[in-house]
Amino acid sequence: MNFMASKQPENSLLGPEADSQRTLYPNVTGTSVVALKYKDGILMAADMGGSYGSTLRYKNVERMKAIGKHSLLGASGEISDFQEILRYLDDLILYDNMWDDGNSLGPKEVHNYLTRLMYNRRNKFNPLWNSLVLGGIKNGEKYLGTVSMIGVNFEDDHVATGFGNHLARPILRQEWHENLSFEDGVRLLEKCMRVLLYRDRSAINKLQIAKITEEGMTISQPYSLKTYWEFSAFENPTQGAVGSW
Amino acid sequence: MFRNQYDTDVTTWSPAGRLFQVEYAMEAVKQGSAAIGLRSKTHIVLGCVNKANSELSSHQKKIFKVDDHIGVAIAGLTADGRVLSRYMRNECINYSFTYESPLPVGRLVVQLADKAQVCTQRSWKRPYGVGLLVAGLDESGAHLYYNCPSGNYFEYQAFAIGSRSQAAKTYLERRFENFADSSRDDLVKDALMAIRETLQGETLKSSICTVAVVGVGESFHILDQETVQQMINAFDIVGEQEGPAAEPDAAAGQEAAVDQGGSTGEGAAPMDI
Repeated sequence: MNFMASKQPENSLLGPEADSQRTLYPNVTGTSVVALKYKDGILMAADMGGSYGSTLRYKNVERMKAIGKHSLLGASGEISDFQEILRYLDDLILYDNMWDDGNSLGPKEVHNYLTRLMYNRRNKFNPLWNSLVLGGIKNGEKYLGTVSMIGVNFEDDHVATGFGNHLARPILRQEWHENLSFEDGVRLLEKCMRVLLYRDRSAINKLQIAKITEEGMTISQPYSLKTYWEFSAFENPTQGAVGSW
Repeated sequence: MFRNQYDTDVTTWSPAGRLFQVEYAMEAVKQGSAAIGLRSKTHIVLGCVNKANSELSSHQKKIFKVDDHIGVAIAGLTADGRVLSRYMRNECINYSFTYESPLPVGRLVVQLADKAQVCTQRSWKRPYGVGLLVAGLDESGAHLYYNCPSGNYFEYQAFAIGSRSQAAKTYLERRFENFADSSRDDLVKDALMAIRETLQGETLKSSICTVAVVGVGESFHILDQETVQQMINAFDIVGEQEGPAAEPDAAAGQEAAVDQGGSTGEGAAPMDI
């Protein structure tokens, strides 16, 4: 008779049975999200792909959603975990609205709530496998932040997840400035997304750009970027390569 | 109020639809020493009378800082008030930690009221015997609320609770229309005048009162004795001319059969101040 073995409820994460339920690796994933502050608010871009490993299996996944009146959430990583986060935020916004008292959760509050959520899951060794971008504007104050699956969070004038950090951020560091117009902002985002399309194998050429301003959130219809493949280096790419034919 | 067969239990209704235990709890608030609050568009001032039991002892703390943007003044069973202040501080800290943002006063007040209501509907509990004047800053401006043992809460431009509060209330009623646009210092002066009304002739000194302020750009803090005494001295000259047009006779009729005048000093229960 083992004194130590106590009966666990079915959904507990303690005990040997639970190891099979902890997140080990993601299954259906979204790739980079890129976002920047502009004159009237925040602009965010993400493609519509959901990869199943190396297969580009789902091509109509919306990875950006409005949260309440003031915020916009974009996610990369496990799509089902993103859906779970949306459920948590639904409840959060619902209870916030139910107070009906003229106060509302702004982007800063939502960002910090998400940080607590992600960090607490990480501490239980059962993370939500996402990198999140949270942007918004409230009472004229623009806010843009990010949270990773281990709870690392910070705010900046422009943020990106995944490959976006390596390919898009350097472009933004050079070319972003305060009070970008809407057109300039979109142009800058498209420049970033085009580089990602060329170089990130999990990117697809079907993207949406979302904007959030004091008036609210709008998200574009899916569209594709023009690409150029006629570079001479692409013809006979293996010419001169040793050991190839 | 007289004893009757429906007043033993908080969970017993009287035939007239009253819960006597809750009403008795509200009496406890009236026995405590006075606390007043008033607000403008940008500031709220809380003040209270602090009488020590004897010359040897210190006075009880009746004003508590709950967060940088919220403070509370209590009247009644100060022990109950201390416990509720701790609850409020906890709620504020937890909210700040999760959202990195100050808890809106209006929400804290509702949570406090719901907590008080629970005690009016459990046979194994008793209502909190303390009234709270909650002062706080919100997105929507400066607020002053009164939470009572019944679980009700009300928002006020100015209010007074505790013994001889009627005198302060009368003073505030005459002046409240000007409060919204008052400067911070004028608001403090009005608070001190209101406190003086409750002393009924006794000299107002900073050693027997406490004043606290919270406002836009100003964290909740209790003013130190020197500052308060300076302000008292500043308007005392003016005060002489105005005269505290006290109407003590109006007060006596209003509280249903409660003798407010004799409450402090003779037989005040040790738990009350």
